[in-house]
This record gives sequence, structure tokens and C-alpha cells, in this order.
Amino acid sequence: MSYAATHDQHDDHHGAPKSFFQRWCMSTNHKDIGTLYLIFALTMFFIGGSFAMVIRAELFKPGLQLVQPYFFNELTTLHGLVMIFGAIMPAFVGLGNWMIPLMVGAPDMALPRMNNLSFWILPFAFILMLSTLFLPGGAPAGGWTMYPPLSLQGGSLAYVVFAIHLMGISSIMGAINIIATILNMRAPGMDLLKMPVFVWSWLITAFLLIAVMPVLAGAVTMLLTDKYFGTSFFNPGGGGDPVLYQHIFWFFGHPEVYIMILPAFGIISEIVPTFARKPIFGYKAMVFALACIAFLSFIVWAHHMFAVGMPLGADLFFMYATMLIAVPTGVKVFNWVATMWGGSMTFETPMLFAIAFIILFTIGGFSGLMLALVPADFQYQDTFFVVAHFHYVLVTGALFAIIAAAYYWLPKWTGNMYNEFWAKVHFWNSVIWVNVLFFPQHFLGLAGMPRRIPDYNVAFANFNMVSSIGGFLFGASQLIFIGVLIHCAFFSKKKAADRVWEGAKGLEWTVPSPAPHHTFSVPPVIHDEELAHGNVHA
Amino acid sequence: MAAAGLALATFGSAVQANPHPWQLNMERGASTWSHVPYDLNNISLWVCVVIGVLVFGAMFVAMFRFRKSRGAVAEKWAHNTALEVVWTTIPVLILITLAYLATGGLTSWADTTGSQMTVKVTGYQWKWRYDYVSYMGKPIDKVGFMSKLDKQSDYTRQLDSGMDPYAVKVGDEQTYLLNVDKPLVVPVDTKIRFVITGGDVIHSWWVPALGWKLDAIPGIVNAAWTNIKEPGTYRGQCAELCGQDHGFMPIVVVAKSKADFAKWLAEQEAASGKSLPPPAPIDGGAAATAAATPPQG
Repeated sequence: MSYAATHDQHDDHHGAPKSFFQRWCMSTNHKDIGTLYLIFALTMFFIGGSFAMVIRAELFKPGLQLVQPYFFNELTTLHGLVMIFGAIMPAFVGLGNWMIPLMVGAPDMALPRMNNLSFWILPFAFILMLSTLFLPGGAPAGGWTMYPPLSLQGGSLAYVVFAIHLMGISSIMGAINIIATILNMRAPGMDLLKMPVFVWSWLITAFLLIAVMPVLAGAVTMLLTDKYFGTSFFNPGGGGDPVLYQHIFWFFGHPEVYIMILPAFGIISEIVPTFARKPIFGYKAMVFALACIAFLSFIVWAHHMFAVGMPLGADLFFMYATMLIAVPTGVKVFNWVATMWGGSMTFETPMLFAIAFIILFTIGGFSGLMLALVPADFQYQDTFFVVAHFHYVLVTGALFAIIAAAYYWLPKWTGNMYNEFWAKVHFWNSVIWVNVLFFPQHFLGLAGMPRRIPDYNVAFANFNMVSSIGGFLFGASQLIFIGVLIHCAFFSKKKAADRVWEGAKGLEWTVPSPAPHHTFSVPPVIHDEELAHGNVHA
Repeated sequence: MAAAGLALATFGSAVQANPHPWQLNMERGASTWSHVPYDLNNISLWVCVVIGVLVFGAMFVAMFRFRKSRGAVAEKWAHNTALEVVWTTIPVLILITLAYLATGGLTSWADTTGSQMTVKVTGYQWKWRYDYVSYMGKPIDKVGFMSKLDKQSDYTRQLDSGMDPYAVKVGDEQTYLLNVDKPLVVPVDTKIRFVITGGDVIHSWWVPALGWKLDAIPGIVNAAWTNIKEPGTYRGQCAELCGQDHGFMPIVVVAKSKADFAKWLAEQEAASGKSLPPPAPIDGGAAATAAATPPQG
């Protein structure tokens, strides 16, 4: 690491600091902080993934073989919290940190010191949360949604609430930074409607983050005071209401779902045009669809709660609003397909992951549409059908987009080409096993298997075993990813060109590979025809 | 649809409502309403399949026709207003149709008026309590009981018990984790109103054959109804995470003919009259539940 930092830096004034501590712990550089975020997210992905491996091992066959039911609940809870707040969200922030300044022609993020702080809060937040595994009372076991009264029975509530406060502070600072960068630091000529779709997706996501992270902070603070300070927000014995928590939580939770998918839409909208060698179809419609989805995300929260016994009118409103989301989401999928139509396509690994994203995310969207229909949801709610649904949108959706982005920009970050053969081995293993893992879970849910149970009737045994085998192999496939990343960063002999991909357009491909420590110290001149989406005013 | 029919024929009427190995789809259920989620599930699934075939089909055609290796040259267009209007409008029309169907089904579900029987369901960590409140317009006295996981399942499910879950059977039916010591007994052809609440944390009362689940929430009384068509044994489980034994609080509903049910109810009332009277009278209120329940904690 340290020789990599000193290597090839002839101009000390602009080079990275030579001391490891100074460079990584005190960094104000958007590229280094982006790298830190990505490494952190990858670490959390493997920690959360190891929880999932134990879960799938226990569910491999009926009967309890490995863990006690309470520990199983701790694992499902931590798996959710770690993957959402530790893996997916920081990975997107890392990609935003690295790429947004490069894509809009800015020298760095607008608030570099705050950038450092918003990253370095995260390791402490997660050490705090994961430490509960080793403390008396154990880890949180009430599900990542932390519904009271159950969550109030756990002994580790204060740790988790404090960890969530820290993550929330980190996310809000990150979001402020991204908004300030995009609105203030674009190169002259980079009008808002000339920005890459990825930058648009992050601008909208950042507003969602600022809107809802304080709501989550409020909800968990009320849990804290209910448990330790004698309040009764959610305690019916004191005049409170457990359902109130669910309304507040999902008012955060549904926009949160889109916080985890809008940047993925942005990534796919960068990759597909590059490898189709054709501008994105309907650029303005793509941006407008992102904004529509973001708006709708605020008025659909109670579709997570159709089984709590809401009034008929409320059920109907939330059903109709939820179904509306299918329209802008459909527009995005159709536009990606139209981008491919008439193109000149090649299928390097980022494109393969992007294509898998479009198909598999759409399958997750289909089950989402089915879940929106309230009478059908009465059957689907809290079953493995829901588990299958949100893993299709979060694993083959958000995660596949993150992996696609990693392969897409890795040569720009490291200056080396990754090994295309092993990357394709990683792709085919991932895409096959992830379907073996999650597709049978639809059947389990439809047959009546509830989620979050450590053991089940023997009728559910066959598909659980299939799912577990898929899970183990999908997990193992990700070790190939680690190998490809390490090889690319440290051992690859194949140097990357500045414009890594033949069809790649946009400012990030005009800087050298690897991107120097400081870029765009002088604002670049924008040529419209050089932008990824072509001339949008034509 | 044909496959589901075949499966029904294969597995016979006795177990048709309960899960079976390699089951792929939801089943029609056993109540007058349970076909609503089943039909919506099938209709929306086929809508999704058709859209999926069209969209993914177009994508695969594009991937084969417009490959660089086949000499495809990229075109320049990136916009087509007519096409965009079409593929915004058609989904709206499909959604309106689905919403219309779902609205009708939901409205009929929400109407608990005209019920002929009321049963109060209370969820506890980790068992259910059933209190019979009224039947055919008459209040029922002192019929209520706890219903929890049967002993055979309970021994087998202990960590490293060494016992075989496949050996847990009632007759030929494998009932591991889906059987209770005392089931809820109800009559067929009767509109039964369930009032559902929780005694400690949130649970969810779910029997798939009835077509719905409804949360059992402390401090809130939810209501739903069913009208079972065929006598039989219908199994379900708690569907809301409620602590360590969430996976071990099944629900069994035994539906009997009206005559058999009347006989069963008379026996229960006679038995409860002979036993020691509970400290508070059972009137269907919260006090009765609290009195009849072992202390929690």
C-alpha cells in the first residue's frame, strides 16, 4: 500500500500524503475516501454474508441442528442491518464519492473535511452494533425493523439505537456533501440536464436521505425512551400505540428502499449506453422517472403494513399509490431495452451484470406489483415470498449494480485491467446460484412458509435445501470477486487506457488511468457530444 | 391452473389446504372468500409473465441482432415520443384493471357485518388463546382455552434432539410444527367473525386456507371474518416475528358440520361448568382474558 502511494508521484505538492495514517485516516480526498467507503462496504458484505450462510445452513433441513432459535433471530436481524446500512448504502456513497466529482468536472467534494468525518463515523457505529454479539443479553433479535413491543424486550437496544444514530449522522452528512457538490461545483457548461444519469440519481437519493434519516432517528429514539425513560409512545398500557412505530418506521423505510435502488438505476444508465455504443434512450424521461419514483416513495409506506388492520380507505389508498410506482419503473426498463435496440453491443463483465440487473430486478418488480394487491398481500405478507421479492431487488438489483459499477470503473481507479476471464466466471456463478438461492423462496412463501423462522414443516424441506445449496455456492462465488479485485489492484500487468471502454463517454474518461490524486484543478471544457447521453436538446 | 387441479386431485381433500412437498403455487383455500387472493395471485402472475416474455424477448432479440461481433453499427437515435407514450399508457390500463379486481375483493373482506359467530383470538409468547364469545346470536359461557405446539413436535424441535421431524405424524399427515395440543373448533357454512388482539408483543394469525392473515396487536382489537365451506383440518402459523419461539406457535382450525359443532360446544360448556370457576366472569372483555391467562414474564 505505502509504496503504491509513493509510486509515480513526481509532483509532491499535488501527490497523496506519504504516511499511511495521514493518507487514509486524515484524508480529505474524494478518491481516497471513496476507496475507504468501498472497502468498508465490501468488508460488511462479507460479515453480513457470513450471517446469511449460518441462516441458510440452519434452514438446510427441518429440525434444529446448529443454532438456538434466539440466536437465529439475532442473525436475521444483524444480517438485515449490516447489509442495508453497512454494505449497500456505503457502497453507493463510495461510488458517489469517487465518481460524482469526476463526472461533473469538480476538483473534489464540496465539503472535504466533513467527507472524512462521515466515513470515519461508520466503523465505530458498526463496531458498536456488532459488539452486542459478544455481550451479555446478546445482539438485537427483533428484526431489522425493530417493531415494539418485541424490540423493547432486547437487552442491546441502547447499543443499536446509538449505532443507528451514528449511521444516520453519517448518511445525512454524506447527502449534504453530495448535494452541495452537484449544485455548486459543476464545471462551466455542465448544466443540470447535461449531467450523467448516475449524478442525477445521486442528487435525488441525497434529498431522500436528508428527508428520512431524521425520521428513523426519531423513531428509534422513542424506542429508547420507552425502554429506559418510562415514556409510552408505543406502549398501549400507557396510552401508546405499537402501530404508530410502524407508520413512522416505514415513512423512513420506504424511501430507504429507493435510496438503495435509485443509484443502481443511475449505474445501469451509464453502463448500458457504453456497451451498446448508443446514447441512453429518453434521457429526460429517465431523469423524470427517477424524480417520480422518489416522490411516490413518500406516499406508499403503509403497503408494508396491510396486515395490521388498517381501515379499508387506507388500504385502498396505499394499494393504488403503490401500483403507480410500476409506471415510472416500467419506463426505465423499457428505456434500457430501447437503448440496446439498434446499438452495437459487446458483453464485457460490467454489461453482463447490467443485463442481469435489468432482467432480475424486473422479476423483483413483478413480485412487487403482486404484493401491492392487498387481498393477495394478505397471503404473501411476512412469508418467504416477500423474502424472495426483496432479495431480487436488493441482491440482483442493488448489489449486482454495485458489482457492475466496480468492474466498470475499476480500471479507472487502479490503472489496471481486471482479468476478464475470472470476472466472467464470477458473473456466471453469481447469476446462476443467486437464482437457485432466491427463486425457490417464492414457492416456499406461496406454500405457506412464514419468514424469520429457524425451523419448518417437512413439506417445505425440498425447496429449502435447494435454496441453501444456491446460497452456499453464491456465497463462495463472491470469493472469486475478491480474487479479481486484489489481482487487478496489485498484480495485473495489463494497463488501462484513459478511455477504458470503446463506447465510454463522459468526463471521467478524459482523465488518466489511474485517476491522479487531484483531478480537474482547472475546470474542463464541456463538449456536448462527448457526454454519455449525447445531445439531449436534439 | 391445470397443474393446481391435478395437485388437488392427487393429494385428496383431506390435506388439500395444507402445504405439500414441491408445492409451487398458492392454493384456492377452503372458505367462501379465499379464492379472491388465489385468483388475484394467478391473474397478476400471468400478467407479469406476459409482460416479462415481451420485454425480455425484445431484449434478447436486441442482444443477438445488435452485436458488434455481427458487424452491427450503432444508430444515433435516442428518443421516440410515440413509443414512450404507448409504453406509459398501456401499463396504466393494466394497473387500472388489477386495481378494480383487488378493490372488489378487499371491500368484501372488510365487511364483517352479519356474522353468526364470534371468536376472540389472543396471541401470546408463544401460544394462542381462543375465547368463544357468541354463536347464533347467543352468548357463550366460559368456553376458552390455550392452544400451543403439540408435545411430539416440541420434543423433536429441540436443538440436536436427534429426533426425526419426518416421524411427527397425525395419521398419514406429516404435522411437524403444524400441530397443536388443542385446536380451534368451528362450524362450516357459518360466517365467523374473529376479533384478534395480542397479549404481549405483536403476533399475526394466519391460516392460509382462510385466505388472510391479521396482526394480533396489544391494545388493538382487529376484526376479520371467514366462512369455511368444507369440514376439515386447516393448519397455519404465527406470521409476525414475536421472539425466540416465533416459529413454534402453530394454528390449527378444525371445521365441523353444524351438528357436530353444536355437540362439541355443548360438551365444552358442560365441562367448563363442572370445573372450578375462574376468578372473574367471562364476558369476552379484556379482564376475562387476563384472568384466564397464566401470568406472563
